Amino acid sequence: MQVQVNGEPMELPDEATVAVLINRLELAGKRLAVEVNEDIVPRSRHTEFSLSDGDRVEVVHAIGGG
Amino acid sequence: MSESSERSLPEDKPLEIAGRVYHSRLLVGTGKYRDMMETGHAIEASGAEIVTFAVRRTNLGQNPDEPNLLDVVSPDRYTMLPNTAGCYTAKDAVRTCKLARELLDGHDLVKLEVLGEEKTLYPNMTETLVAAEELIRDGFKVMVYCSDDPLLAKRLEEMGCIAIMPLGAPIGSGLGIQNRYNIRLIAENANVPVLVDAGVGTASDATLAMELGCDGVLMNTAIALAQDPIRMAKAMRLAIESGRDAYLAGRMPKKLYASASSPIDGTFF
Repeated sequence: MQVQVNGEPMELPDEATVAVLINRLELAGKRLAVEVNEDIVPRSRHTEFSLSDGDRVEVVHAIGGG
Repeated sequence: MSESSERSLPEDKPLEIAGRVYHSRLLVGTGKYRDMMETGHAIEASGAEIVTFAVRRTNLGQNPDEPNLLDVVSPDRYTMLPNTAGCYTAKDAVRTCKLARELLDGHDLVKLEVLGEEKTLYPNMTETLVAAEELIRDGFKVMVYCSDDPLLAKRLEEMGCIAIMPLGAPIGSGLGIQNRYNIRLIAENANVPVLVDAGVGTASDATLAMELGCDGVLMNTAIALAQDPIRMAKAMRLAIESGRDAYLAGRMPKKLYASASSPIDGTFF
C-alpha cells in the first residue's frame, strides 16, 4: 500500500502499524508526535494502530522558534 | 546597595503561570541561533525558566542523529512552551497544539499565535479568538499572542486565556514598544499575567515593558541576532529585573521644568 508521510509517498506492507513506519524511518525512540489523517495517534497506540492505503501521516518534532 | 539593605526590601510576588511559580520574568524563544550549543548557552545566560519552540515536520531520511532541540533544552529543566508560529488559521493552530501536547506527553501549556499576513506577522485576532476558544474547551492552558487592543486583551482573559501577550512591535522587527499607552492599559486592566511578546530590540525595550507594569517579556530575535547573543541574554535578564524593580519602586512624577537636587539654603556665594 502507499501512504503519504510528511507529504511524500511511501510504500509500506499492508496493515503496517505506525510503529513499523517509525522504525522504517529510523526514528524509533526519538521525541516526536504522529498524526494520521489529521488525528493524533498517541505514542501508546503506535504498535497497534494499523495504517491504510492513502493515509496521510505527519511526523513532527520540536525545532527552534520564537 | 549592600546585601543587607537589599534583603530588607519587601519581596516581589513571583510570576505565576498555570499554577507554577517562576522567578524569572524573561521568557525566550529558540529560533535563529547559529547552532544548538549557542541556543543552550544563551538560554542559560538569560536565566529564563520558560522556553518556547516550534513544531515542524521531521526531516525524513536526513541525518537521523541530528541533535533534537528537546535534548539540548530539556523539558526536565525548563517549562517548554510550544508555539503555533507559522499558523494563519485557527484550524492549523489547534492542530499544532494537539501535536505539541502529544510531543510533550500531555503537557498542555501552549503559546497561541495566529498570524494575519507575512509582511508584518501581525496577529489575526478573529482567528485567534476562534482558536483560543477551541483550545480552552479542549483543556489547553493558553498563553495568547495578540494585538495591543485593550478590549480584545480583556476578552481573551475573560474567555480563559491564562496569559495575555500583546506585541510591542512586529515579530523580529526589534523596533521596541510602539504603543506604550496601550501596553500599560492592558497590564493595568488584567487579572492574569501580561507579557510583551515580540518587538523587543535591545535591553531598554525590555526594561520599558516592565516599567509599564507588564509581568514579563517574551523575546527571541533580540537575543539570537545580537552580535554576542550570550552577552545580550545576560543584558536582557538584568533589564527585566531593573524594569520590574523600577515599576515596584514607583517612578518620580515627570515635571516640565527643573527642580534643583542641592538645597539653596547655606549657599555662600
